[in-house]
Amino acid sequence: MSRRRRRVELPIPALLLAGTAVAFFALPLVGLLWRAPWSNAWAYLTDDTAVTALRLSMLTSLCATALSIAFGVPLAWLLARVDFPGRGAVRALCLLSMVLPPVVGGVALFFALGRRGLVGQYLDEWFGITLPFTTAGVVVAQTFVAMPFLVITVEAALRQLDPRLEDASRTLGGSGWYTFRRVTLPAIRPALTAGAVLAWARALGEFGATITFAGNFPGTTQTMPLAVYLSLETNPEEAIVLALVMITVSFLVLLALRDRWFGAATRAATVAT
Amino acid sequence: MRAVAFAVAASLVVSCGSDDRATGDAVDVTVFAAASLTAAFTEIGDAFMAANPGAEVRFNFAGSSELAAQIGEGAPADVYASADVANMAELVAAGAAATDPVVFATNAAAIIVESDNPEGINDVGDLADDDLVVVQCALEVPCGAYATEILANAGVDVTPKSYEANVNAVVTKITLGEADAGIVYRTDVLATGDAADGVVLPDDINVLAEYPIVVTESSPDPAGARAFVEAVRGAAGRDILESYGFGTP
Repeated sequence: MSRRRRRVELPIPALLLAGTAVAFFALPLVGLLWRAPWSNAWAYLTDDTAVTALRLSMLTSLCATALSIAFGVPLAWLLARVDFPGRGAVRALCLLSMVLPPVVGGVALFFALGRRGLVGQYLDEWFGITLPFTTAGVVVAQTFVAMPFLVITVEAALRQLDPRLEDASRTLGGSGWYTFRRVTLPAIRPALTAGAVLAWARALGEFGATITFAGNFPGTTQTMPLAVYLSLETNPEEAIVLALVMITVSFLVLLALRDRWFGAATRAATVAT
Repeated sequence: MRAVAFAVAASLVVSCGSDDRATGDAVDVTVFAAASLTAAFTEIGDAFMAANPGAEVRFNFAGSSELAAQIGEGAPADVYASADVANMAELVAAGAAATDPVVFATNAAAIIVESDNPEGINDVGDLADDDLVVVQCALEVPCGAYATEILANAGVDVTPKSYEANVNAVVTKITLGEADAGIVYRTDVLATGDAADGVVLPDDINVLAEYPIVVTESSPDPAGARAFVEAVRGAAGRDILESYGFGTP
């Protein structure tokens, strides 16, 4: 082995562990590909259930991502920039849904927003809004579990951003909004994109909170993961095909983002520190 | 220190891997039973062990199809009790049953409503009201197929708000007050206690789920397995099953 090559090599044990990790992620996917019923794949894909579920999944996961950005960026900014008592507790609270078993999250959403819930009973009484068993309920469930991924990513970027850049803008007469729009936002854009993609991926794969809070009805609340789960009961072949569709969509998105944004996020962080 | 660690590790391996089944005449059976039998079979098992000192009964409760698959993969079961005839038929077809399946219990479907029935639902026709939130199991699972069959038998047109993944999810929607009515099993209604009420369905539209039981071909203790099956089908077993809402043939 040449000296030149050895320079870029990891120590052998690290390499073995890394290789095992790759195999750990790759093997289940290879397993799915291996058992996939290729001859019937097209029939399953053009099946009404699959098309409807995929369309609904795309719509709801994009809505959840938009909501995560709209509320998550200000939240990340609050956590990163404003020093207030109990900030640690607020952060922990906002990230809790990442570790909560999703089904428990769904039940907790009932207690908050269900028709007998803390707030939900007034939504129903005053505005006639009920979220359970609706497409809006799916978006709420997905946002609940997805937004923390955006918040931690953006907060980390904001913390690593040199505050003097924002100070300079303000001393030069830039308003708070102008500074945020023209200085802060461009600097954290890579992290924002990475966070949004993570949130979107989490929303797309969301299962437990959705099936608990929003139920399962084709066209309104049956997203792709729900369709996969149910077809596993009677038609495992169809479930495999549907799962592969989800995996392919997600894989292509993550692949396209690989260097452009995840790389840029790392670079931005390095430059800022 | 190292020797101690080794001894501990070795004993862990041994204790995890050992087959501590009795080798003598003492009965030692492992029962694979449908999840809906959990409470009733646990009680029957306790009664069996009390009546046969030294006997040991272990349970593995899960979905009927999952259990059948486990037995097919070589899991050590002496007895298999399924919540439907279809999974049992597959097991028998695969040559994994040593006895003919016998139906030992039935479970009727029932309408589940909120405690004290605030919506005044008295028969299946009331479910057609569009203002009611009705949920049922997905057609992919047995309780969903039964619900659809019952509604068709009654000639009632109901659009459920949700096709839940399993019967427990339907029960939860009712006990949380998020749905007004659902179709589940009679045993599920009884198990909720005061948290929900049931509306009985007339026999001419109702569907009975049948629970068959067999001794497996691979049973290491076929005599003990037969003794347990007899206990389930005997008077004491039937009383226990009925106390949980099952019907007995």
